Amino acid sequence: MSILVNKNSRVVVQGITGSEGSFHATQMLDYGTNIVAGVTPGKGGQTALDGRIPVYNSVEEAKNEAGADTSIIFVPPPFAAEAVIEASYAGMDLIVCITEGIPVQDMVKVKRVIDENGTRLIGPNCPGIITVDECKLGIMPGFICKKGNIGVISKSGTLTYEAIGQLVSNGMGQTTALGIGGDPIIGTDMRDALELFEADPETEGIVLIGEIGGPMEIEAARWAKENVTKPIVGFIAGQTAPPGRRMGHAGAIVSGGDDTAEAKMRIMKECGIDVCESVAEIGQKMKAALVQQTEAIA
Amino acid sequence: MKIHEYQGKALLKKYNVPIQDGYVVEDLSQVASTIENVRKDFNSDAVVVKAQIHAGGRGMGGGVKYSPSPESALENATNILGMDLITHQTGPNGQKVRKLYITEALDIEEEFYVAITLDRSTGKDVFMVSTEGGMDIEKVAEETPDKIVKEWVDPLLGIKSFQARKLAFGLGLTGDAFKTACKVFVNMYKCYTETDATIVEVNPLVLTDDGRIIALDAKFNFDGNAMYRQKEIAEMRDNFEEDPTELEASQFNLNYIKLDGNVGCMVNGAGLAMATMDIIKLAGGEPANFLDVGGAANVETVKNGFKIILKDENVKAIIINIFGGIVRCDRVANGVVQAVKELNLDVPVIVRLEGTNAIEAKQILADSGVAIIAADSIQDAATKAVNAALAI
Repeated sequence: MSILVNKNSRVVVQGITGSEGSFHATQMLDYGTNIVAGVTPGKGGQTALDGRIPVYNSVEEAKNEAGADTSIIFVPPPFAAEAVIEASYAGMDLIVCITEGIPVQDMVKVKRVIDENGTRLIGPNCPGIITVDECKLGIMPGFICKKGNIGVISKSGTLTYEAIGQLVSNGMGQTTALGIGGDPIIGTDMRDALELFEADPETEGIVLIGEIGGPMEIEAARWAKENVTKPIVGFIAGQTAPPGRRMGHAGAIVSGGDDTAEAKMRIMKECGIDVCESVAEIGQKMKAALVQQTEAIA
Repeated sequence: MKIHEYQGKALLKKYNVPIQDGYVVEDLSQVASTIENVRKDFNSDAVVVKAQIHAGGRGMGGGVKYSPSPESALENATNILGMDLITHQTGPNGQKVRKLYITEALDIEEEFYVAITLDRSTGKDVFMVSTEGGMDIEKVAEETPDKIVKEWVDPLLGIKSFQARKLAFGLGLTGDAFKTACKVFVNMYKCYTETDATIVEVNPLVLTDDGRIIALDAKFNFDGNAMYRQKEIAEMRDNFEEDPTELEASQFNLNYIKLDGNVGCMVNGAGLAMATMDIIKLAGGEPANFLDVGGAANVETVKNGFKIILKDENVKAIIINIFGGIVRCDRVANGVVQAVKELNLDVPVIVRLEGTNAIEAKQILADSGVAIIAADSIQDAATKAVNAALAI
């Protein structure tokens, strides 16, 4: 088991003929991802990736003709929001948007639409998701992962890799690793991801990596306190980040001042999460947490 | 991206939000005539002299002066123009005042706080108003949150009349002032969305003693991601307000922020970059900077990164921490070797490369003959970097 994607996911790549899209689609295909279609408006009827993948004009066509149910988006920022909306209206079960640099105003509207349509979105501005040895949807280096029982949730791309690297060197593999993205508006947040891993019978422990800024880590921690039975190891990047050269007071009024690393770490601890002071402790702490969990059950 | 008060007010004016108006002057020789023009054109005996810098707290720092007569205005303007204005947001050296905004003076009956920004929890823009304008609004929010009226805007509908009315009622307004405020709120929201702002804050919005609603200040922040479609806004950028090294870094497509420590950092990805800074601190050192070389690190980016870091004379050691996904570590290693040779680096360089082609990269470093300290993990790298920085 795993969350969100597996070897049966039928993937359409939006923007497959672009340089980013074709490069990463090839990597995903090599990893074993079941890519069934690509979409580039105006290039319907052609093929991509050396003739291996049929290209369609729309996501709807890719769904009807190739049976796509999952979309990954490598479309430039000015067009990415609309690409998400197109995939949502085409009824994709899951959309992963890798694109970095989508204007916030566009994402505010996207969020409203996907919530209305009941679409699950991951990202944007994220490394994507990988279910080890089954399906890679994104730009993560698949070879660093090992199949196992830890779920990884992270705002940051390279910190996700760091966590995976430490898990592997401490003898732990992963079920699924999920980079949710660090933009102000994202589709799947930490709380959603915790819920998915809690429900996955194969996941035994969860690594939760956040950053300064925004309310998400605290909302997730408070939810986890009531709802998550599996051990969670947490880390917040940005303890030494200088306090933002802030503009006005509006942001502080909305956040209530709980968006510093210190506040997030304190509240996560209060909610029972094993919080790492140092990024280098993630692997060891997860290992210790699993041993403790096993002993508690015995 | 931030802009000056006078630019923000020009935007508001364009959206039919009444502002405390005036003229901008940069040249001392034109100050007297500008004061005269403001007095005449806006029918105001007294004027306000306002320093134009991006940092907040200008009034407290002595950069905003009510001037009842032309003589006092001239004196205040002469003192402020060219001064290094120090506020709680400028840092100890202050920010040089290059522009003055000379405005009409108004007789104020009441001051309100008005702002629009994104509420990340709900994924919607929130419109906030309070009768406690001019006060420490963050304290008001914490101690008496019911004194801040909030309305969340449906992005597909925009702000509706009933919401504007609720905000205006919340300020206790009646009659014509109430009607004007409702229009002002709708127009402010329009301005906020159409300019891709992330914050619009008017503190204070005032009710004058003759019943007018007027914006006395304007703070804007804009979404950098949207600048491709906001050419007019992008042109308002004032490079004098940016840190020169950070500006240079941005021209190399590097995301750099200068800090006060002595261990320079070059990392791929913002999260890992922050975590690297944090672990340096935990290892007993102080990071000299934040530097994210992004997803396309190659020989050129690494070289430019070194150049930027070395502009800071405090740097006693440099840590390079790359976890390659798309980034190929062998390319980074080649960049490091080339840069160390070409730039005649005399500070110790600690390199930790992990991920794509890391094994080839380690070989390149080992074969290069340049003095590089290799590290096996992020902990190892931090310890070695801090030790190297202390040894000098």
